[in-house]
Amino acid sequence: MSVVTETIERNQVLMAHGGGGEMTGRLVAEHLLPRLKNEYLAPLTDGAVLDWTAPNVVFTTDSYVVTPLVFPGGDIGRLAVCGTVNDLAVMGAVPVALSLGLIMEEGLPIDTLDRITQSIAAAAREAGVNVVTGDTKVIERRGGPGLFINTAGIGRLRGDVRLDIARVEPGDAIIVNGRIAEHGLAIMSVRAGLEFNSDLRSDAAPLGGLLAELFDEGVEVKFLRDATRGGLAGVFADLSERSECTLEIDERSVPISRTARHAAEMLGLDPLTVANEGKVVCVVAGRDAQYAVHRLRRHPLGRAASIIGRVTDAQPPLVELITAAGGRRIVQRPYGEELPRIC
Amino acid sequence: MMCLAVPGKLIECHEDLATVDLQGNRLRISRVLVPDARPGDWVLVHAGFGIARIEEQDALETWSYLQSAGEAPIFEDGAMNGEPAGPREHSP
Amino acid sequence: MTESESTLIDQIRALTRRIGRRVQYMEVCGTHTVCLFRSGVRSLLPPELRMISGPGCPVCVTAQRHIDAALELATDRRVIIATYGDMLRVPGRRGSLESMRAAGARVEVVMSARDALALARSHPAEEVVFLAVGFETTAPATAAVVAEADRDAVGNFSVLMCHKRIVPAMLALLGDGRSALDGFLCPGHVSVIIGSSAYRPVVARHRVPCVVAGFEPRQLLLGIRRLLQQTASGLARLDNVYPVCVSPAGNGAALKLMREVFRHEDAAWRALGVIGASGFALSERYASFDAVRRFGIVLGCDEDHPGCLCGEVIQGLAEPGDCPLFDRACTPMRPVGPCMVSSEGTCAAWHRYRRTPPRPGRGGRRRKEPSCPW
Repeated sequence: MSVVTETIERNQVLMAHGGGGEMTGRLVAEHLLPRLKNEYLAPLTDGAVLDWTAPNVVFTTDSYVVTPLVFPGGDIGRLAVCGTVNDLAVMGAVPVALSLGLIMEEGLPIDTLDRITQSIAAAAREAGVNVVTGDTKVIERRGGPGLFINTAGIGRLRGDVRLDIARVEPGDAIIVNGRIAEHGLAIMSVRAGLEFNSDLRSDAAPLGGLLAELFDEGVEVKFLRDATRGGLAGVFADLSERSECTLEIDERSVPISRTARHAAEMLGLDPLTVANEGKVVCVVAGRDAQYAVHRLRRHPLGRAASIIGRVTDAQPPLVELITAAGGRRIVQRPYGEELPRIC
Repeated sequence: MMCLAVPGKLIECHEDLATVDLQGNRLRISRVLVPDARPGDWVLVHAGFGIARIEEQDALETWSYLQSAGEAPIFEDGAMNGEPAGPREHSP
Repeated sequence: MTESESTLIDQIRALTRRIGRRVQYMEVCGTHTVCLFRSGVRSLLPPELRMISGPGCPVCVTAQRHIDAALELATDRRVIIATYGDMLRVPGRRGSLESMRAAGARVEVVMSARDALALARSHPAEEVVFLAVGFETTAPATAAVVAEADRDAVGNFSVLMCHKRIVPAMLALLGDGRSALDGFLCPGHVSVIIGSSAYRPVVARHRVPCVVAGFEPRQLLLGIRRLLQQTASGLARLDNVYPVCVSPAGNGAALKLMREVFRHEDAAWRALGVIGASGFALSERYASFDAVRRFGIVLGCDEDHPGCLCGEVIQGLAEPGDCPLFDRACTPMRPVGPCMVSSEGTCAAWHRYRRTPPRPGRGGRRRKEPSCPW
């Protein structure tokens, strides 16, 4: 057992913090619990007991390994909450509870842990959800980002929502709730080797409240997907393939800020393939499209909502972009990690 | 891409280096290939180097997306979005 | 479409009709190939107008022996390979830089030659080798960085020289008489450096119009219209629709730097063979920065993949769809040849943007191309 000075113990996560003993207890009690406080978590029992009366539970999980841990507009903590509650929201579920698994690397500064825990708490409040159970582990230093997070989430399926890709049909409208590509580009702006300063901020945000604007008003929403890894192009590819329909997207209607557009241009990236963390693609019945956009724009996370395309009956099914120049080209599923091109 | 070059405005110079603003993205580049460039000039940026000096007006005309609505108004309405419709009647 | 763009399209169609026969222009630069597709301009061109992709993809034309040299260096534990992202997945004899990285080799993707030098400065105990690929747009950056390394005596920095010159390739292409080209769309940003007058030998020797154009949609349309105007009038001249960036003489500071740090040398182009004076090597004064010399590398030879038509595609003699491997054994996920690996290789561009989507994951039943001309 090594001699641990108080200073080190105060400043960094150590292997002993993961041992399950007194130091783990102190870490949880002094750093995690005060920020995440709620009645479910406080007893620190092995599991949380929740009231449940709804017929269906929607259950999802996601792990977060982003690097760097902190980036313009957010951090891994915010991401870990928003990503998972958004997976519930796009299923038509109201998020109820999250579990939080933290895997920390020895040497992670305690200040960083505090900051990220604070973000988790804030994002959970924003999303109207509690972190009701969790786990902490510490691994040996291995040169990684220092922290990995898993969150699992449960939600209550809304009775008034009938999301089903089989219902997507020609004439439906494709909507996105705002400006694209900001999360991925914000991350890239601080990634080692690509550093540039930018006004871009991650758009990570919980979308449940935004989507309620549609559900509450009875808009016929047929399909929802948050446009995370793979960006809009990834969602389009899935949607077209599974619905066996052609999507026609209007490039000039896709909202994107000049800053994002220019950053993507600089990095040789197609903005349609860049990750978002606060953007959702909605397919709604054609007759509801204008109204859906109107409702979305009433919400802070939907101010730049736009109809960006339509589902058509062209076969074989494709995703086709009508370009700003008035021509056409295909939008493919992104191949993999879209490395910035330079040369 | 091999010939990828984007236009930006020189904000400040320091010896061989310069900071360029590309519509809200700021990059440190080398001025070695454009030694006459001064703050306020526009340059073409490629692979961390300025490779040509260009006139601002020419830049705005050649790269039309520099001119497009961008930040204001809040959203860009292309061909597909008109005025928001009024409240919809619920269908039975 | 803005009014001016639709006017340009109308004029392009009218000119093509007036010429009254099939017209073929080569867009030399891979970035032009991608931009023509990505902007949708390609889909607006009349069917009698054929734009052929040429050898202007420096990733595609890097000879396999140089990839293999980079891979060999990557096995050396003292060495960090610094490379532009595009080169990461190019297959050599035994894997790629990407697969080597996954196996533990030190490969860093850089956005700039300056970053490679910075890596050397920050890792004094290791050797940093910069994989210097690109045409004259990118070569001056390498020259600047080598000059700086020399000035500051950065001893652990070296360069694997793969830079190439575009004009000798254009001359060689027409030289063998196989390509029936009506003209060239010349690369805008290479021209920023070398100047539009660099293409005079192409015009003079082969009597075809050469038009320098940039990469924005309007630039593409202006360049193509100018080519058609010349063809319709029976002219063969040098023209420049990108004067905002391109002057006849080019970038003097860049050219001066390259004259000092580089010398011309014969270079092996993938699938094209050796083209005289088409490569850049380090001049004698800077020769100590040459990685091949420093590490005593023996360059191997290039191997052919049976069936791979990259060579013909690069020369504009075949289209990706003509290659038996295209979209079957050769896809962006599992590329065989460089035209598919490079993000601006012709085959990659076709696969990505053309109307007939590939069938995902099924390795290859060939779908009949629709009659859509683009």
